[in-house]
Amino acid sequence: MNFFNRTVRLLAFAALTLGFVAHAADSAGAIIAKAALAETPAQRIETITSLIGSGDESIAGLLAAWKEDALFVYTAPDGSKIPVQLSGDKDDKDSQTATRVDSGKPLLSPAGKPLRLVANELTAVEHTSALRRAMKAVLDLLDLSTPDLKKRISAIQTLGFAQDAEKLAALQARQKIESVPSAQRALREAIALIGLKDANPEVKLASLQELTALHTIGSADALKAALADAEATHHPSLAAAARLALNAVESHLTRVNFFGTLFRGLSLGSILLVVALGLAITFGLMGVINMAHGEMIAVGAYTTYVVQNIFGTGLALSPFGFSFHLPSMNTGGWLYESYFIFALPLSFLSAALVGIAMERTVIQWLYRRPLESLLATWGVSLFLQQFFRRVFGSNNVQVSSPSYLSDNWTFHDIIFGWNRVFVIGFAGLIVLGVWLVLTRTSLGLLIRAVMQNRNMAACMGVRTERVNMLTFGLGSGLAGLAGAFLSQIGNVGPSLGQSYIVDCFMTVVVGGVGNLPGTVVSAFGIGLADQSLQQILLNPVLGKITVLVAIILFLQWRPAGIFVTKSRSLEG
Amino acid sequence: MSASTTRRIEFIAVAVIATLLIVVFPLLNSAGVISNFTLNLWGKYLCYALLAISVDLLWGYTGLLSLGQALFFSLGGYMLGMHLMRMIGDLGQYRKPIPDFLIFLGWTELPTFWKPFSSFPFAAAMVILLPGLVALIFGFLAFRSRIKGVYFSILTQALTYGGSLMFFRNDMLMGGNNGFTDYKFLLGADVRDASTQRALFIATAVTLVLVYLGCSWLSRTKLGLIQRAIRDGENRVLFSGYAAAGFKLFIFVVAALIASVGGALYVPQVGIINPSEMTPDKSLEAVVWVAVGGRGTLVGPVVGAIVVNALKSWATRAYPDLWLFFLGGMFIIVVLFLPGGIVSIPVRIKTWWARRAAANAANSAPVAP
Repeated sequence: MNFFNRTVRLLAFAALTLGFVAHAADSAGAIIAKAALAETPAQRIETITSLIGSGDESIAGLLAAWKEDALFVYTAPDGSKIPVQLSGDKDDKDSQTATRVDSGKPLLSPAGKPLRLVANELTAVEHTSALRRAMKAVLDLLDLSTPDLKKRISAIQTLGFAQDAEKLAALQARQKIESVPSAQRALREAIALIGLKDANPEVKLASLQELTALHTIGSADALKAALADAEATHHPSLAAAARLALNAVESHLTRVNFFGTLFRGLSLGSILLVVALGLAITFGLMGVINMAHGEMIAVGAYTTYVVQNIFGTGLALSPFGFSFHLPSMNTGGWLYESYFIFALPLSFLSAALVGIAMERTVIQWLYRRPLESLLATWGVSLFLQQFFRRVFGSNNVQVSSPSYLSDNWTFHDIIFGWNRVFVIGFAGLIVLGVWLVLTRTSLGLLIRAVMQNRNMAACMGVRTERVNMLTFGLGSGLAGLAGAFLSQIGNVGPSLGQSYIVDCFMTVVVGGVGNLPGTVVSAFGIGLADQSLQQILLNPVLGKITVLVAIILFLQWRPAGIFVTKSRSLEG
Repeated sequence: MSASTTRRIEFIAVAVIATLLIVVFPLLNSAGVISNFTLNLWGKYLCYALLAISVDLLWGYTGLLSLGQALFFSLGGYMLGMHLMRMIGDLGQYRKPIPDFLIFLGWTELPTFWKPFSSFPFAAAMVILLPGLVALIFGFLAFRSRIKGVYFSILTQALTYGGSLMFFRNDMLMGGNNGFTDYKFLLGADVRDASTQRALFIATAVTLVLVYLGCSWLSRTKLGLIQRAIRDGENRVLFSGYAAAGFKLFIFVVAALIASVGGALYVPQVGIINPSEMTPDKSLEAVVWVAVGGRGTLVGPVVGAIVVNALKSWATRAYPDLWLFFLGGMFIIVVLFLPGGIVSIPVRIKTWWARRAAANAANSAPVAP
């Protein structure tokens, strides 16, 4: 069975490399076997060299065995010579399993039974230094033909950056049969890079023009070297071409950085937005300084963690001396990957419930005392943090991303992570949802009425206590949703919320308290400013400090935020 | 009880406590009755009391909840810490004349801004100047644009957060994560020596008493009156023709200086300063001391700082896992059920007693005739 699989795989490889391998009919093993039996060293080298361009996986192992003196020639009873590889554990007679090099299947005795051989009784196949060099050339180019695209491209690039003229032939041969555009592009780059070292100025010039057209980021160093070289040898046309190529690369790099920064800024802005939107409701609309907002985020993140474990192998928790085991559904495949879809509403619900419990026990007494609500909720936040520590441990917990969120997409050297693209899209959905709730539902109407004038609303028969409770639940639930997202982007730990709380308040204050559109604008503004400053100052912490200073100065100019809610009230 | 009697009682109480702190405790320590550890611990509490007074001066008296006091506290600490680092001389791990962490970062000679800190008067002046300047600039900007209430809290929190981020960086050349530690000498005396620690304790106690008396005097002046008026109705103060911003700025700077001096006294006694002292959490913790002790009074913050920290010293040893539950719970309970703090308990009992007596009298009255 194993043999059958192996043959199929070999056939597949052979088909992939068809037309390029010199002995297309023979498998790589057969060629190596032939080389091992060759009479003169020259023939050996020639046979081995013919392997160049093959992407067969077995080559690396066989050649390594050869170099380590683990390849032997076994003389069968009928006099024929069979190269074999010994592997596996030695038994008491020092014998090991023998595998035929040519076919890859076990060596059989005439009776059809697997043979075990002793290494000391056989002669190892010799290898000269010239042969080892030939082997190295084969191994170097092995990955050039591997069916794994990423590995193939990285091998091509490695060869290109080495700028070794000897590898040029192999690259050109590969170029003829390469069908994948991205690999084809890498081949063009590699060939042009090698061309930079060519003695002929014509070839150099052509290579420079090719690199100008390709403007790959990786070629910058080689181009700088070529420019220095051209200037040293006083070759103005080459130097000009090199400068042109460098300019093309640099302007490409600027573009990539610009769009990359833009994308990262947008994604950071979306995270801030999702995180701050809940706060914009509890702080902006209700006037409650909820320092435990960060912990609501953590509640959402931990809910995602628990849901993931229930979908997976279950979770053993031992808080406060009790221990219990959450049931496991032991799902796999797409069902397991879909856990995130279930985690989203659950994290909203759990955070909303914690928020409502908090509102009922603590905050409802403090609506008239905002500074004191700050202190009491900070107490709640300490409480919850310690609670997470006792239940889930003080270390970060591992939340694995479903495959549809962990991949990324590279477009013109700009990397777009799916999770970040997803966050941007989802932030839009959440903003839309909140806007719909506030403006198109009766709950939204009640919320706005109570927030504008609590006493008047109460006189009109609105049950303000219930509205307060639901509003706070909505704000906390949104924080929980944010937590579910953050679990896909960063670490989940007891102090997760603390890292976002200051940014959150900043976003709401800059946007203008009680103003949802302002929050949206300020979240993206702060996100973009943060990422661009990081790019300019090349230091994340310094960038963050600059943003904080900028916010303090901004509030000098507009103390009430970007969008001011106009009011005749003195305290408004 | 007339106002003058209350004043006299207060004066006597302060005199007794001051004598206890400045004379009796150090004497008992040198006689061996109070251990060095206990005296050192109390020295730390008294520094915290200074921090608490600075919080209360703003929050309790002026209505400004500043979450930046930990920043000023640690800035003061860092300024004196720099001098202490210079006084290590070549006794560090690397036996070089510059602080170890600079050598670790690849410096071979002292950065320019470090040089003047070899002189104690300069460092002592910087303890006042740097936090004072930061408070002046930030306060000017904040009060000019009439940032108040929770916005002021959030902005001071951001300021502190930014400061801690800055000091956490190694290329700030202020010791990064680890901060300054391993001090050897201060004014020629060995800081690790019991007698030096005793002297530091006395210095802290004297400072605390002076600050207490100063603030108590300030609250009785016209300025103190305006200060409380700003707390209770800032708009009325504005309409009465007072420039509230100027008064607030003055108080903010004074509070920053008190915190900074507290920090400078704290560092040689505790033996370490690092950026974790500068986080907004530390400011909030100081606010809890004030809330627990009783805000709007001068005794409250001192009592709160000592009680909460004594509790912390005990709880972090006895129940290390539960301390944060304690602290969080204390916050909630004090805010919800005891807004006046510990110092309001006697008054509360008195009113409760009076009400009970009145109720008893009312109950027994109809039966009599």
